[in-house]
Amino acid sequence: MARPLRSARLRAAALTLPLAAFVVVTFVAPLALMLVRSVHEPQVADALPRTLAALERWDGGSLPGEPAFRALGTELRELDGRRGLGAVATRVNRIESGMRSRMLATGRALGPGSPESWRDAVLAADPVWGEARAWLALQRAGERFTLRHYLRALDLDRDSSGAVVRISPDQRIYVPLLLRTLLVSLAITAICLVLGYPVAYLIANAPPSRSNLLLLLVLVPFWTSLLVRTTSWIVLLQNQGVVNDILVAVGLVAEDGRLALVYNMFGTLVAMTQILLPFMILPLYAVMNSISPEHMRAASSLGATFRQGFVRVYWPQTMPGVAAGSLLVFILAIGYYITPALVGGRTGQLISNMIAYHMQESLNWGLAAALGVILLACVAVLYAVFDRLVGIERMRLAS
Amino acid sequence: MTARPTSLTLGDRLRGGFHLAACAAVFVFLIAPMLVVVPLSFNAEPFFTFTEGMLSLDPDAYSLRWYRNVIQDGEWRHALANSLLIGLAATALATALGVLAALGLTSSSMPCRTLVTGLLISPMVTPIIISAAGMFFFYSSLGLGQTHVSLILAHAVLGTPFVVISVTATLAGFDRNLARAAASLGAGPWVVFRRIQLPLIAPGVISGALFAFAVSFDEVVTVLFLGGLAQRTVPRQMWTGVREQISPEILAVATFLVGFALLLLGAVEWLRRRGGGPAQGNT
Repeated sequence: MARPLRSARLRAAALTLPLAAFVVVTFVAPLALMLVRSVHEPQVADALPRTLAALERWDGGSLPGEPAFRALGTELRELDGRRGLGAVATRVNRIESGMRSRMLATGRALGPGSPESWRDAVLAADPVWGEARAWLALQRAGERFTLRHYLRALDLDRDSSGAVVRISPDQRIYVPLLLRTLLVSLAITAICLVLGYPVAYLIANAPPSRSNLLLLLVLVPFWTSLLVRTTSWIVLLQNQGVVNDILVAVGLVAEDGRLALVYNMFGTLVAMTQILLPFMILPLYAVMNSISPEHMRAASSLGATFRQGFVRVYWPQTMPGVAAGSLLVFILAIGYYITPALVGGRTGQLISNMIAYHMQESLNWGLAAALGVILLACVAVLYAVFDRLVGIERMRLAS
Repeated sequence: MTARPTSLTLGDRLRGGFHLAACAAVFVFLIAPMLVVVPLSFNAEPFFTFTEGMLSLDPDAYSLRWYRNVIQDGEWRHALANSLLIGLAATALATALGVLAALGLTSSSMPCRTLVTGLLISPMVTPIIISAAGMFFFYSSLGLGQTHVSLILAHAVLGTPFVVISVTATLAGFDRNLARAAASLGAGPWVVFRRIQLPLIAPGVISGALFAFAVSFDEVVTVLFLGGLAQRTVPRQMWTGVREQISPEILAVATFLVGFALLLLGAVEWLRRRGGGPAQGNT
């Protein structure tokens, strides 16, 4: 009895193994690598090994000795010769702004040969090396493992004594953006629920032929390309767009008073709500479809008003659908990138746009990775809360 | 005695009317964006708005010039070829792996089912910006940045949860006694799968594959992160078009994509009515 059971278990496991392995390699491993990238930054340490070694016994206050200047001078010169100085200088610049140009200038100014005093030569190339902060920046950029990307991502910094402090309010970017993203996602989820619930109810309680037709009206946008829908919203909402044209034609808005409906937060909200609405309606419909209309009739025959029947009988039964739809919409919303990037203008950007910016433009991959990990942590917390409150098992996406 | 039911009915009617009106507004909100791009793509002028001629249904105000432009444009053709190549390869991979896994997951003796299901579904429930960033680090450290291979693998893993869910749903209604009967008549596991299970779950497999293809065909974040010029797909080309030079060519492509979506939707609905696949819009 035990043997056939074991072989059946093995066979079932073996069938899932190829996909499990594929997901681990092409999905879990990339996420793990992102986690590593967010704390591991060896480039400066690899580029300036002798300088960093010479700084190991430096007191952090006075000027370092001649060996440190020699190591720095030779290494900057070598890097400049290999065209590798820019990348290193950029990383140091993220610690102490202004250092990029100083390092590039130093590398360029140092001629061939070995000067009598490297200290004088380096200081002549750029006097910044007479200040402790330049050397401190090198030291900090040279840490192979660092939490500084997380500090940046949470708008924190270290002061001169090394204590963690919040940066000045006018420089805080990421925490306000993360909060805004959460708030916008929450708003979109709430709007989708308010718009989607009556529609799902209508579809679930219509006669079959009509409900199939109505369902198609939800499924067509669901299947339509995200870019098409985003483009349509630009067409509809832009200054010379259809909505403004209608408002002007009707006389609600003056010709020179056309409303700014897109390339701002309003555009992001409208377009994302429309795009995510089917993700709310479909799970709601799936759950409502399985609720017998007898329940409401029973409540009504026992003397309950529609409102009482709805609140006490119907709504509680739709909770799994409400929870599933809300979770889905919320999680899709906090990671949304394409739509805010295209219709959000300056004010409608979300945290994902910042991740993409650091991935593709500032090339600060460590910071992008740290922001990604923080967002992933938010999603994981959400799932955990959802699991405690509703139970992932009860989440139904389909009828 | 008689007044109460009457007033209730009036209240019911009012509520019903309000409900219908609200739903109609939501349906307009859902569908209008799709309806507006189609006529505008036939605009003779390079505008994104309805011209007076279009509103008065003047045939001269309509033209196929944007469609001609798109068809003759090498970049769009290249993008379509890339989309099809990446989409078909990713779908084949996702379907093969997904069907196998679904067979295992629905077996009554599957160990750690919840955990494994969670793992297999995770690509679907992780925000795409995070997945794409991780994949960028991963493939560029393997030296596979800006290759078709990396995009095919990325799209395949994003598509697999849809195949797994679709096939699992079909298998849930599958009568296991049929497989047992075949086995008792001497059929090996492969024959049972090929002759009994596969024909029965075929609708679920096909709709899962269509889902996977739709995911790949519409995916642009991974293409932005992992792809270079040689890997431009249709959505990637649209992204550039919307960002840089908005022209009605975009609307012509959008109309084509709406048609394509209708086609996919029709196919999935048809399969669903044949008793295969999960419910509508299973995501």
